[in-house]
Amino acid sequence: MERKVLADVERHYLRTIKKFPTVWCAGCGLGIIMGGIIRAIDSLALDNDEVAMISGIGCTGRMPVYLDFNTLHTTHGRALAFATGLKMARPDLKVIVVMGDGDALAIGGNHFIHACRRNIDITAIIVNNMTYGMTGGQYSPTTPQWDFATTAPYGNLEQPFDIAELARHAGASFVARTSAYHTTELPKLVAQGIAKRGFAVIEVISHCHTNYGKLNRKGGAVEMLQWQRDHVIPLSRYEKLSPEERAGKIPRGVLFEKEAPEYVSEYEKIIARAMAEAGREEA
Amino acid sequence: MSPNPRLRFLSGNEACAEGALAAGCRFYAGYPITPSTEIAEILSLRLPQLGGKFIQMEDEIASIAAVIGASIGGLKAMTATSGPGFSLMQENIGFAAMAEIPCVIVDVQRTGPSTGLPTQPAQGDVMQARWGTHGDHPIIALAPSTVRECFDLTVRAFNLSERYRTPVIVLMDADVAHLREKVELPAPGTFEVVERLRPGVPPDWYAPYSESEGPVPPLATFGTGYRFHITGLFHDIHGFPTTRLDEINPAIERVFGKIEHHLADILQWEEFAMEGAEMAVVAYGSVARAALRAVKEARQQGLAAGLVKLLTLWPFPEMYIAQLAERCRLLVVPEMNLGQLVLEVERAACGRARVRRVNRADGAIITPAQILAALREE
Repeated sequence: MERKVLADVERHYLRTIKKFPTVWCAGCGLGIIMGGIIRAIDSLALDNDEVAMISGIGCTGRMPVYLDFNTLHTTHGRALAFATGLKMARPDLKVIVVMGDGDALAIGGNHFIHACRRNIDITAIIVNNMTYGMTGGQYSPTTPQWDFATTAPYGNLEQPFDIAELARHAGASFVARTSAYHTTELPKLVAQGIAKRGFAVIEVISHCHTNYGKLNRKGGAVEMLQWQRDHVIPLSRYEKLSPEERAGKIPRGVLFEKEAPEYVSEYEKIIARAMAEAGREEA
Repeated sequence: MSPNPRLRFLSGNEACAEGALAAGCRFYAGYPITPSTEIAEILSLRLPQLGGKFIQMEDEIASIAAVIGASIGGLKAMTATSGPGFSLMQENIGFAAMAEIPCVIVDVQRTGPSTGLPTQPAQGDVMQARWGTHGDHPIIALAPSTVRECFDLTVRAFNLSERYRTPVIVLMDADVAHLREKVELPAPGTFEVVERLRPGVPPDWYAPYSESEGPVPPLATFGTGYRFHITGLFHDIHGFPTTRLDEINPAIERVFGKIEHHLADILQWEEFAMEGAEMAVVAYGSVARAALRAVKEARQQGLAAGLVKLLTLWPFPEMYIAQLAERCRLLVVPEMNLGQLVLEVERAACGRARVRRVNRADGAIITPAQILAALREE
């Protein structure tokens, strides 16, 4: 399919009535990320009708309302569980789940590891801004240790999750990472994740300059995007660094991929077997 | 002579699973918990034989979420649990009420609070079924007292949930769930099976929360060309979030109205020996079995006592109980809790009849003798 100009792509996938402006702060990474997801879907030439986008609660949770797909804005942390039921009922749908770090890994952490373990054909995009933005900057499961948050006035005592490592070891079959800054890499990784038959996790490092950035003197949106440019580096380059040089750097790109049986298609085989056996008993 | 294939010796849990399949349930998500687990075990075997799907989720929160997701995907969907799991499900039951997604939740009640007595019966979740989720919302809850009713009311729960686009709760208890009875299940085609209304308009005209086609708007299935938004936020007729009072208030009115204006369809109760009764036992669930025996014995002893067995607990049959209080001088309300539905009976009776409670919440069942004693005590 011939690539349309960006404005056409956006018009094709955005809901135009009543939804804009977004709830997001000026300078937020979520607009960039939403644009990247749209371009990924466009690059796969997917029809609006065959995409379902599901979210939980938080700033990222508001994304589906702006997009002209089958959209479901669920309860806090539970998007993957809703998505699991929907995917089983409608295996033909491309099911994309967008979550923030608190949504996916704190309140939804249990659902996250079990979705990875089942290797169900869902694409999970986790926007990691290392804080609870919507509630005003509390520490999350990915807030760096000793950084400040409104609930960590003495510094964050807890060590953060590494989303990619967690996903890989819990059984996801595609794990990638990029940042809001890397606007051309994001659509490619999301498209690869959607195309992958199995559970795909794409972590997108983003910024909450309004809360996390302000509390930790990281500057505004521009400075935080520059930080992403300088610190979120290609995996190939990261691997060449010594352990000392790796400190403070975060690898991006496809971090892990494997071929593994997919949950719903395996369940379809169970159905075929059960129906055949039941048929034999009847006869 | 070949035996009647419809004649079975079933437990309440088995009859519930049969009822779900007969009603067209094709998706089940659940988490193991006594005394409901047999329902999951049976459906894990039977659903794939019918092309349906079963999944054991990581907890009860995920189970009800997956059920709602599958229902949005067009399947009739159910979960079953007991008190502790029912507590965990409450937030998403509220989501289903708010987003108007049909689903059935079976709560096989055991003695609580907390872990309580996992293998002993109770009726302690009556108020949780009504008010367990936060915020004002309508709800339907049904309570079977026999194995046959476990089948019938599970079918009915699916029918009501499809017809009114609402979560429906089947409040069983450990007694009726594990009780075995000879039961003749109705042949397919001899009972009503309701399918949700699907949109008849083209996608561009479709508004998933509009009352233009009646108080219960048609529900489109995801992936069928009707792209729309579902949220737990207050929403306009298209499903998009709103804070406008002129959109919120009509939505509240419609969602309550779809239940309140159809009480004749939703409410169900049965009367036994109520001709000329001056006293009535108002009972539900397995306690209604003891109540029936108590009423029969009372009649033999010359007491003008009858039984009212409630099959619908929520919405509460307020008008009926008010009329009952006009007819009778005493209403006895036995419950395996420390007094929950009796609060509604007292409210509806409003002083027109004496209301006497018979309660226990220690895992032991209420005996006919206890109920009879309450009828005799004047």
